Amino acid sequence: MNTVNPTAATGVAPPSNLLGVVANWITTTDHKKIGRLFVGASALWMLIIVGVGIALGVERIAPKSSILNANSVTQLFAMLRTGASFGVLLPLSLGFGIAVVPTQIGSRSLSFARLAMFGFYAWIIASGLVIGSFIANGGPGGGDPQMVDLYLLGIGIGVVGVIAASVSLLTTVLTSRRTGLSLLDVPMFSWSVFVGAISAVLTLPVLLSSLIYVAVDHHYARLVFGGNEGINTWLGWGFSQPQTFLYVIPAIGLLAELAPIAARIRQPLRGAMLVGVGLVSTAMFGTVTQTPHMFVWGGTLTDKAKSAIPYAWFNLLPVLGVVVVTLLALLAIQKGTTRLIAPFVPTFLGVGMIVVGMAGNAVQMIDSAKLTGSVFEEAAVTYITYGAMLCAWGAISYFGPALWGRKIPDASVIALGALGLFATVLAAAPYYFAKDQAAGVVSDFDYSGPQTVFNSIVSFGHVLMGVCLLSAIAISIKSLRSGEVASGTVWSDQ
Amino acid sequence: MSTTTTQALPSGARPAPRSSILVATSAVAAAGTMLMFGMLAMWLKFRDASSLRESARGKMIHDWLPADIKIPEVATNTMAITMVIACVMAQWAVYSTRRNDSSHATLALAITSIIGIAVINAQVAVYLQMEMGLTDGVYQTMFYAITGTMMVLLVTGVAFSVVTMFRAVAGRLGDSSVMSSHALYWYFLTAVFVVLWFVVYVQK
Repeated sequence: MNTVNPTAATGVAPPSNLLGVVANWITTTDHKKIGRLFVGASALWMLIIVGVGIALGVERIAPKSSILNANSVTQLFAMLRTGASFGVLLPLSLGFGIAVVPTQIGSRSLSFARLAMFGFYAWIIASGLVIGSFIANGGPGGGDPQMVDLYLLGIGIGVVGVIAASVSLLTTVLTSRRTGLSLLDVPMFSWSVFVGAISAVLTLPVLLSSLIYVAVDHHYARLVFGGNEGINTWLGWGFSQPQTFLYVIPAIGLLAELAPIAARIRQPLRGAMLVGVGLVSTAMFGTVTQTPHMFVWGGTLTDKAKSAIPYAWFNLLPVLGVVVVTLLALLAIQKGTTRLIAPFVPTFLGVGMIVVGMAGNAVQMIDSAKLTGSVFEEAAVTYITYGAMLCAWGAISYFGPALWGRKIPDASVIALGALGLFATVLAAAPYYFAKDQAAGVVSDFDYSGPQTVFNSIVSFGHVLMGVCLLSAIAISIKSLRSGEVASGTVWSDQ
Repeated sequence: MSTTTTQALPSGARPAPRSSILVATSAVAAAGTMLMFGMLAMWLKFRDASSLRESARGKMIHDWLPADIKIPEVATNTMAITMVIACVMAQWAVYSTRRNDSSHATLALAITSIIGIAVINAQVAVYLQMEMGLTDGVYQTMFYAITGTMMVLLVTGVAFSVVTMFRAVAGRLGDSSVMSSHALYWYFLTAVFVVLWFVVYVQK
């Protein structure tokens, strides 16, 4: 399948002066450019998240002393939580989907490309508002009411933007496939983007509904939803598990796409693979109820069943979906004549990290584990976010030749993937064991265990991820400017 | 000189039209439904969590709607009926478009727009008649939030009607999926409004 060169199609030469280039980009309806805008802007959020992770990690090394004031700590924790979902996972999924899906399904363009561009503008403006509100002590739990209003406004605008872009994406998959390509035959990545877009369209409006109530109440009355302290209570589910599972569905789809290419065979049990990706989206049933579904082992058999069924339905089923995809990917590798393709490495490792994060969430929801309120949840978020970033690196290296016609060196892809895995484990794993360390605080915790070592390792993990991220950005820019020209297309391997 | 004629293969069948705008409108309608049902779910949650009190008829009821607030039922019932009529008008526009009848399509869309404006006007009248402040209590805050959101959706419906009407005035009736999408959007608005009307204005 050939990719579309819009310049060749229109016969219009791209502008050469700076103003023209900028105008070209900000008014573009080219899906590749819109997608790259999303991914590029999310890289800034990634840097912020990594920086916040470093700051909080360093602050927690010595719990008896503190560098940051209490307000800053509250805002940094809120920023970590909001930014991971809103700033990194969502735009990454959308960006790669918008850039790649039309070319995969044989469409010349995105359906309602301006709607997708509106989505980007709404999200980037919202990002500015949200970051500004955090800086001015206005995030969840913030002390400046006007800035808290700004935060709520920003999240609202951003959610509307993400919904708009998701509508554009799912319409593209449903209506713009080339003739003869049925929905069940679309490439796995496009299928996963489609499933992710539907999940976003169905769950994010529920977040918006809570947000409207909270925003109206916070701005005018502060009678109902607990003011600034109540924001996390009512909106926190949108930035936590299992909602984050929906944001990483395209990462799982990327693994499903790459496995048979690495194995050089058609995907065995492709139908089951489609179902596996779809199963992850069952997380949406858990999120729209806006309630954590804990498993409590107590009472009569009926009580146990009443607790176990929703727990399994809402927390385990999405994990089962990822496990199905991973096992089928491994089955393809085992059955085929496998060769190493570089993008497969960070993608496989990234999905592995996502699985660890999902499994952690499932354990956290067991009441008797007593993990609620500890740093355990932060570790799960880190596994999922950094795992998705690893998958994004795999996606950039795999789709890069189709997006900008140049390759990223295989050695760089594999090395950064391995280093990213190491960084993720360091940044997250200690908090799976430091279950006695309370979440959301940087001082005044004391428990038996190597708490200084745990927090030092976490800080080092974030620093290492920062190095990986900067390296990935540098390598991508170098590839974009002067990388080896790609021959053929990535689709020729399929 | 002899000429040879190459028999070209006949073209394949035209692919079935895929109405992008209809699919996108369906997605927006699904999102809007989740939005409003999410708000209604929270409304019901708070209503059920309110304390019980004895009503004027001696029944135990939730102390949700403050006793001194009266809902203007004539206006709210009229709004619900009017919304149903808007669907009929929107469907009339689809029917006229399929018959390539620009004037009737325009008329139907104009009436749909006016109906939308009338419902918004009625909602404002309901606000004025209820005479309650947004900060007066839990009920008041949530009432203004949920009905205000419904008003925003109605404004988008009116805008959709006006834009579609201009297309009809200009004679752009070739793509009937735009008209079908417009009708679908009004079906969605009406369905959501009727549920809201029942929960907020009838069940109170």
